[in-house]
Amino acid sequence: MHLTSPQFKSNVDHALHDAQLQKALGNVRAGFIDKRAKAAAALPEFEALRDNARDIKDHTLAHLDLYLEAYEKRVTESGGHVHFAETAKDACAIISSICKSVGAKTVTKGKSMIAEEIGLNDFLEADGLTTVETDLGEYIIQLRHEGPSHIIAPAVHLNKEQVEADFRRVHKDLPGDRDLSEPASLLSEARAVLREKFLAADVGITGANFLIAETGTSVIVTNEGNGDLTQILPKVHIVIASVEKITPTLNDASQILRLLARSATGQDMSVYTTFSTGPRRPGDVDGPEQYHVVILDNGRSSMLGTEFEDMLRCIRCGACMNHCPIYHSVGGHAYGWVYPGPMGAVLTPTLVGVDKSGHLPNASTFCGRCESVCPMRIPLPKMMRHWREREFERNLSPATVRWGLSVWSFFARRPKLYQFSTGLAMRALGAFGRAKGRFSFLPLAGGWTKYRDFPAPEGATFQQQWKAKRGAA
Amino acid sequence: MNGREAVLSRVRQSLGVTGKEESRRREVAERLADVPRGVIPARGQLPDEERIALFMKQADKALATIERVPSAELVPEAIAMYLRSKNLPAELKRGEDPRLAALPWERAPQLAISTGPTGGRDLVGVSHAGAGVAETGTIVMLSGPENPSTLNFLPDYHIVVLSAGDITGDYETAFDKVRAQYGAGVMPRTVNFITGPSRSGDIEQKLLLGAHGPRSLHILVVG
Ligand code: SF4
Repeated sequence: MHLTSPQFKSNVDHALHDAQLQKALGNVRAGFIDKRAKAAAALPEFEALRDNARDIKDHTLAHLDLYLEAYEKRVTESGGHVHFAETAKDACAIISSICKSVGAKTVTKGKSMIAEEIGLNDFLEADGLTTVETDLGEYIIQLRHEGPSHIIAPAVHLNKEQVEADFRRVHKDLPGDRDLSEPASLLSEARAVLREKFLAADVGITGANFLIAETGTSVIVTNEGNGDLTQILPKVHIVIASVEKITPTLNDASQILRLLARSATGQDMSVYTTFSTGPRRPGDVDGPEQYHVVILDNGRSSMLGTEFEDMLRCIRCGACMNHCPIYHSVGGHAYGWVYPGPMGAVLTPTLVGVDKSGHLPNASTFCGRCESVCPMRIPLPKMMRHWREREFERNLSPATVRWGLSVWSFFARRPKLYQFSTGLAMRALGAFGRAKGRFSFLPLAGGWTKYRDFPAPEGATFQQQWKAKRGAA
Repeated sequence: MNGREAVLSRVRQSLGVTGKEESRRREVAERLADVPRGVIPARGQLPDEERIALFMKQADKALATIERVPSAELVPEAIAMYLRSKNLPAELKRGEDPRLAALPWERAPQLAISTGPTGGRDLVGVSHAGAGVAETGTIVMLSGPENPSTLNFLPDYHIVVLSAGDITGDYETAFDKVRAQYGAGVMPRTVNFITGPSRSGDIEQKLLLGAHGPRSLHILVVG
């Protein structure tokens, strides 16, 4: 996907004036927030599971080299092959050579953010292969030559009329007068068209939500079943996954699975959670004859041991963007690369360089909602702040940002003064803003409120609320 | 240096380790052997009958249809009745699973039955589940020569037979059953956790059933 993060500001401008996009973004606010809240509230152990999931991932990252070795050993024992790729290019080259080795022409793909990250489709197409995305949302954006605008709902930026126009443009051999006015008719058309592709494919490529060291198993989670048809029908199944997907045991994955669907779509469990281990066994009557796993680093190992290590706990549930006021306003494409929203604002600078994406960590109101819903308890606002500080040190920030930050750090280094003045400001803002809940204008923050409403503070700073809470407990 | 060594050594460098530390190796080996269970939701920890009832309730919530059949002999007739209620032809494809093969199919003589994997032309597939998980109404399908995975995905209608005694409270206990059957650290090629029929919300976030997998999932709980 072409990187446009350096033009973040003009992307935002564009997004805010795109009426179709603004209509579609309403579906994010309406579609995800309440469902997640209900699903989390219905499971009394949800918070304890979040703690345990964080601990599992922290333990895994601290022993990542050893779990990678254990995982590799199990995959090999079950007849599969593990390939390590340092860079995006290495991963693409490995996958391409596997495809060539079996004389593949058509490749079906389950949804994979890593495949987006490494630009796999373009690479394979340049090598003469036909790639077919099979997740409905991915299929739609592939027809439009777009990147995903959301990590679990790639076509969330589109309305059904746009999808209808694309289907009419591409599915030319179907009757022109067919009715495609409802999402259901669009879905069944895609189902029929893609069914043929599944059955004709030579290679199936999926991502993985987990790589299990205990058994050498890759795990995918889908609602459509497209990932399964992608991996059981062709003669070769290739998994592309990044290093931090390693999870010690099936039990550890079960703990995290209880958080994943609830945080993502508000389901208790996604429809299909599939555990794949090696190629088909002697006597098996279906399943792939070859099974390959490509494990990608692409800069992640250098996050270990730094203030960005926590980001490697991310399970790509999308909750942070579903709850982000900035994402709600500008959508995913404005972030300019494959990972949008708060997780993208942290991850993109690590993967493509802060010099090219320095605006992203500024795309935050620091309202803290992302961290409060992140199932893996990733301190996203804190990490965005780290990026801002690094950017500041590198002197890349525009003058106004430098000024603002130096004022902030003056206070930050004097906690008493900081508490006092933010307390004052919060009470004042709370009193003004409470009637509406949002400010559309704030003095000194014109650059901000020109485009966005600033959520009205609830009348006490976090530190005050925390103290009061603790006092009450 | 090949990719493997490069990635592992970069990981070790960032962690400040060599990979030879005895204590780290022990900790990893122990976790892989002990498979700690973590936080298990209380909701599934119930006596047998209540656990079965919870499974049925959760499967229904996930939009599967579900019925209880008192004994295995009644399964063929129950399947025939289900097909009739959906106005479907009395035809199905099933795996060679001995638990399915042993059913008295002659009690539903109208059913035309074929066996083996499906290439996508079968409207109705019948499978036997390895386990069920009550906490979310999930069925656990284990692949093998007698249990083709294609039957779980290609037919429009998927009918699954599940023994009531195989219903566990939680995923971890279902994995204990898999470990007991296949050995520690070993899995069948494909284990499918299935929770309801296939669906998509990709067009305007409206939930629609019948994406790429079955449009309907019907579960027969036996016993
Ligand atoms: S950062 Fe947290 S909330 Fe965001 S996608 Fe990752 S796990 Fe989900």
